[in-house]
Amino acid sequence: MKARFLIPLGIFLVLALLLGIGLTLNPRDVPSVLINERAPTFNLPDLFDPEKTVSSDALKGKVWLLNVWGTWCPECWREHEFLNRLAKTEGVTIIGIDWRDDRAEAQAFLAKKGNPFAAVGFDPESEAIMDWGVYGAPETFVIDKQGMIRKKHTGPLYQQVWEDEFKPLLQQLEGES
Amino acid sequence: MIRAWLFVLLLIPLFSQAAIEATQFDDPEKEARYKQLVAELRCLVCQNQNLADSNAELAQDMRRKTYELVQSGASSDDVVAYMVKRYGDFVLYRPPFQLSTLLLWLGPFGILAGGVAILFIFIRGKGKLADNQISDNDLQRAKTLLGEEDNNT
Repeated sequence: MKARFLIPLGIFLVLALLLGIGLTLNPRDVPSVLINERAPTFNLPDLFDPEKTVSSDALKGKVWLLNVWGTWCPECWREHEFLNRLAKTEGVTIIGIDWRDDRAEAQAFLAKKGNPFAAVGFDPESEAIMDWGVYGAPETFVIDKQGMIRKKHTGPLYQQVWEDEFKPLLQQLEGES
Repeated sequence: MIRAWLFVLLLIPLFSQAAIEATQFDDPEKEARYKQLVAELRCLVCQNQNLADSNAELAQDMRRKTYELVQSGASSDDVVAYMVKRYGDFVLYRPPFQLSTLLLWLGPFGILAGGVAILFIFIRGKGKLADNQISDNDLQRAKTLLGEEDNNT
């Protein structure tokens, strides 16, 4: 009975612990269910030439990145410099999907800021986007030689994420058959 | 003059307009299922809103997809499976009963059972205490007091 006064303190500590855990979780970090699943195929009109299509089938046997972006998304502007550098110095194949965008604006954007993409599919109606479970931009996927999704990154790419998470994975995937 | 202007102000609502998504169904049963689905599926951008309430563009896309699937004859389970396959259990406002959601489903019942158990122990403890502590002397006094009251009335 003497320790009775400790009960509120105990309750407080438990609450503080639980709320602390809740605060450090990121509610926007939705776990992707598509990791290690076969990448959905897409056939989208080319951003630069509506007659042509950009298809995921053409990339079989390659390790490549899929980057979902749009000129309306501020984080994509921030990320763009880094993507340019990746394409130039790391020799990574990046396929872009221009999502829910205006064709002329997107073309002007790439002409002005440089184009890191091997090809850009144009998806104004979210046709391909839904299959990939994308819920925001930018998002970046890593697809291996077998056509499986191996990683998904939500938000912009930057040096540290690249060094820590992407580079080792890409090296490993290049080694796979 | 002011009155005339006030009258003009009254007319302003006539110029307002609200956008409504037209969803036409060939079957009222499908419409009911669509309504139930958009109420139970969760928008990923504006979390804590369902598809029906949310105006986010992603929610519009998801509503459109739901509409297309329902209209083309997919069952409600098919639509839910389609969304879960892409966005995970996260899209469900009614999470499935599985190992990772065990605490979520059973926790409230556990807390209720704990509360009832504590209450029960508490009440029984009090009851015993009362039984034991009344001595013959006290009982006698109580009876006298009560007796006096009876006499007075």
